Amino acid sequence: MPKNERRRFLQLSGIVALAGCSQQPGAKTDEEKLPSALGKPIRAYGERSQFETAKRAVPDLKRPQIGSTRTPLAETEGIITPSSLHFERHHAGVPDLDPAKHTLLLHGLVERPLVFTVADLKRLPSASHIYFVECAGNSGGEWKAPGGPNVAASFGLASCSEWTGVPLKILLEEAGLRPAGKWLVAEGADACKMSRSLPIEKALEDCLVAYAQNGEAIRPEQGYPLRLVVPGYEGNVNVKWLRQIKIVDQPNQTKDETSKYTDLLADGTARQFTFVMDAKSVITYPSGGQKLAGPGFQEIRGLAWSGRGVIEKVEVSTDGGKTWTKAALQEPRLPKAFTRFRLPWKWDGTETEITARAVDSAGYTQPSREELTEARGANSQYHYNGVKMWKIGADGSVKNA
Amino acid sequence: MRSLLVVFVFGVCAFGQKYNVGKAASADEIKATDQFMAPDGTGLPAGKGTAADGRDIYSRRCARCHGAQGQGDEEGPLVGGKGSLKTAKPLKTVGSFWPYATTIYDYVHRAMPFDNPGLLDANQTYSVVALILHMNGIIGEKDEMNAQTLPKVKMPNRDGFVKDNRPDTGKKKK
Repeated sequence: MPKNERRRFLQLSGIVALAGCSQQPGAKTDEEKLPSALGKPIRAYGERSQFETAKRAVPDLKRPQIGSTRTPLAETEGIITPSSLHFERHHAGVPDLDPAKHTLLLHGLVERPLVFTVADLKRLPSASHIYFVECAGNSGGEWKAPGGPNVAASFGLASCSEWTGVPLKILLEEAGLRPAGKWLVAEGADACKMSRSLPIEKALEDCLVAYAQNGEAIRPEQGYPLRLVVPGYEGNVNVKWLRQIKIVDQPNQTKDETSKYTDLLADGTARQFTFVMDAKSVITYPSGGQKLAGPGFQEIRGLAWSGRGVIEKVEVSTDGGKTWTKAALQEPRLPKAFTRFRLPWKWDGTETEITARAVDSAGYTQPSREELTEARGANSQYHYNGVKMWKIGADGSVKNA
Repeated sequence: MRSLLVVFVFGVCAFGQKYNVGKAASADEIKATDQFMAPDGTGLPAGKGTAADGRDIYSRRCARCHGAQGQGDEEGPLVGGKGSLKTAKPLKTVGSFWPYATTIYDYVHRAMPFDNPGLLDANQTYSVVALILHMNGIIGEKDEMNAQTLPKVKMPNRDGFVKDNRPDTGKKKK
């Protein structure tokens, strides 16, 4: 018997010998050894395995009603974020709304102001689309320094779901949009009645008044029972707990489109109504906080997305940006949705830096941090989409580079 | 008469609708829900107040988070930051950053005080808004804020905003 195999045999015999006395780490449970043992009874609503631990990153907050949790993107697979792990950003807590009582008022510059119950909206023609939602402040910490230690910390304010609802265009046609109606202002039913203005062209293009997420009712923290889904636009305009849409002739200049969610530039002016989320990508494996078991085969995995369309290409560098290789893109590639990319790689066990950059169907290439700060300075706070570098140590540890 | 009116309203509303789902919103329903305020003053309610009027309610309901003089405490400051927007440490406050005075009314009215939004009546809200503007040196202590005067207040950073002119990156290939 070759040396390695003999050692393995001895280890295995040791485990078997010990199994009768006490449970060893890695040893099989009775259920695994004897699949004939009865399992748990059926249940009406599923839960994940007790062995799974992925959870949203919850910060310490002085007021638990204002703040955000982050999706552990490095612990999700494919392109759909489980609803239970979708990032949160609340400004006044999560309201507990009864769908039998909740209504949506559509009024302003329309021929026929209308009130819809949730049941009304579900009767209307429906559509389902997979879209990402990304907070404008995602990766905001990277403006000052590329310091995010892991994917959740620097990229976790982005998630991707299948949303089902009524196209907003149908509601506007029902109400009869007047020519003077150039903007809308949407308001939520949270305590602060969060509100944002949007150009009417976007409303007519692809907005949804959504009532379902990933096949079931939208979760309370995602806007139950109604959320305005605005594909490709910054998360804040995807107004949760939607209670009214007013058609107006000019933006309302609400607090969240003036004092917040405007992008300060180096010259002291601020860009306003910067709705679209530009192309972005991040390697989720190997990524900060993970550890490679040893040299040899690794599948580099990551996510890319763009608010301007489809991801056309993702290039990966495993030598700190010197050379780039095209990653495989999982089909179908959907507009304004996450796209999963993968690249087989053989790690030689030496220290290196890995990174990815995305190109979208608008011909936009994800910029470096230097290119971004050169164009905007470091005070923009929002809309950071620079490439992220991970450093792999000789011991296999992965850290922010 | 009322039933005739209902029939009439329904008849009008059904016209032009393809699906005829949802009901006509009454003027009362709209009035009860629509609290939007536009920068031109549309939607601002009747009422009035000065900075002097606002001191009492501010000290009781605002100072704990925003500081006695608006300098900030548990939450960020309402005053200061003038001239800081181009520096490495920009301080965005009502005085240094906010482009419209009507936004202050709209936000205080809809979202403040944090633990009891909607608590302040119109006079109290105008008074608190006047005090915040006064703390920033934008209006005098006795200047009355109301539906006519508030939209006319010229905020210091009113011209500090530009349109989205992206893409400003993404063209270069390395």
